[in-house]
Amino acid sequence: MTEPIDELVLDGNAVAGALSEIYGDDMTTVLAECASCGNVDHIGELLAYVHAPGIVLRCTACTTVVLRIVQHPRGARVDVQGKRIPRPPK
Amino acid sequence: MPDRFVTRGFVGRREPTGSAQAARIPPGQHLVRDFPVLSAGPTPRTPLGSWSFKIEGLVKEPASWSWADFLKLPAQDFVKDISCVTKWTKLDTRWRGVSVDILLEHVELDRRAAFVTAFSDGGYTTNIPLPDLVNGQSFVAYEYDGKPLAPEHGGPARLVVPHLYFWKSAKWVRGLRLMERDEPGFWESLGYNNHGDPWKEERYTGD
Ligand SMILES: [Zn+2]
Repeated sequence: MTEPIDELVLDGNAVAGALSEIYGDDMTTVLAECASCGNVDHIGELLAYVHAPGIVLRCTACTTVVLRIVQHPRGARVDVQGKRIPRPPK
Repeated sequence: MPDRFVTRGFVGRREPTGSAQAARIPPGQHLVRDFPVLSAGPTPRTPLGSWSFKIEGLVKEPASWSWADFLKLPAQDFVKDISCVTKWTKLDTRWRGVSVDILLEHVELDRRAAFVTAFSDGGYTTNIPLPDLVNGQSFVAYEYDGKPLAPEHGGPARLVVPHLYFWKSAKWVRGLRLMERDEPGFWESLGYNNHGDPWKEERYTGD
């Protein structure tokens, strides 16, 4: 079974649950600025790649990584690369 | 929970297993017959005319091949079992490509070289200890199942390190960088294991 990879792309709304577990709040309406091209998206609009060892959110304009999540057994790991996005609470 | 995202395409279709097959399936894995597509980003579409493969870092002189030159390197067929950290294992996958041993014959390694970062189109990286790549243990594949390697599976060429979890087998690979110290790659920097041996279940940092 093969399918075009683009069919595997979701949007940030699809990972709303994972984000709210980490931040304790709905994050989909928070604005994120791409650190590479400056494009601003709501987190819910970002490209979301979830068929992977973790979750990767990317800029809709240039596909640069904005945020990554790994559901590590000893607690979720978050890497915020985009601007404007709050740091996750510890 | 990662299971939120489980689809058939992600973890593959489960297959019943006989005992001979079961002995080949690492702990915590299940057998699939299809070939799930995993990706952390968009599929790069580098034209073959601008594709190259490089060996750089701790080498006396870097080496670089165009696509045409890469195809002239001695190639071999490989039949390997592969295991993905998302818990599927696929047996007897058939590849054709160039052993990393052959590629390394074209450079003079600095004696400090101990680790490798594989780097790919799209910015993906993964780190692998040099001893895990040599002595027939890894290759750069450009055919799968007798056909050119499909873009969604990493074509035109991907690294294959079958004895480690498959995130180490970098899709769309464009080169190997020899390093003195281990430098965590795309997933390793966020908690995945620097080594990734499926038989030891080295999934995460500290496993
Ligand atoms: Zn951007």
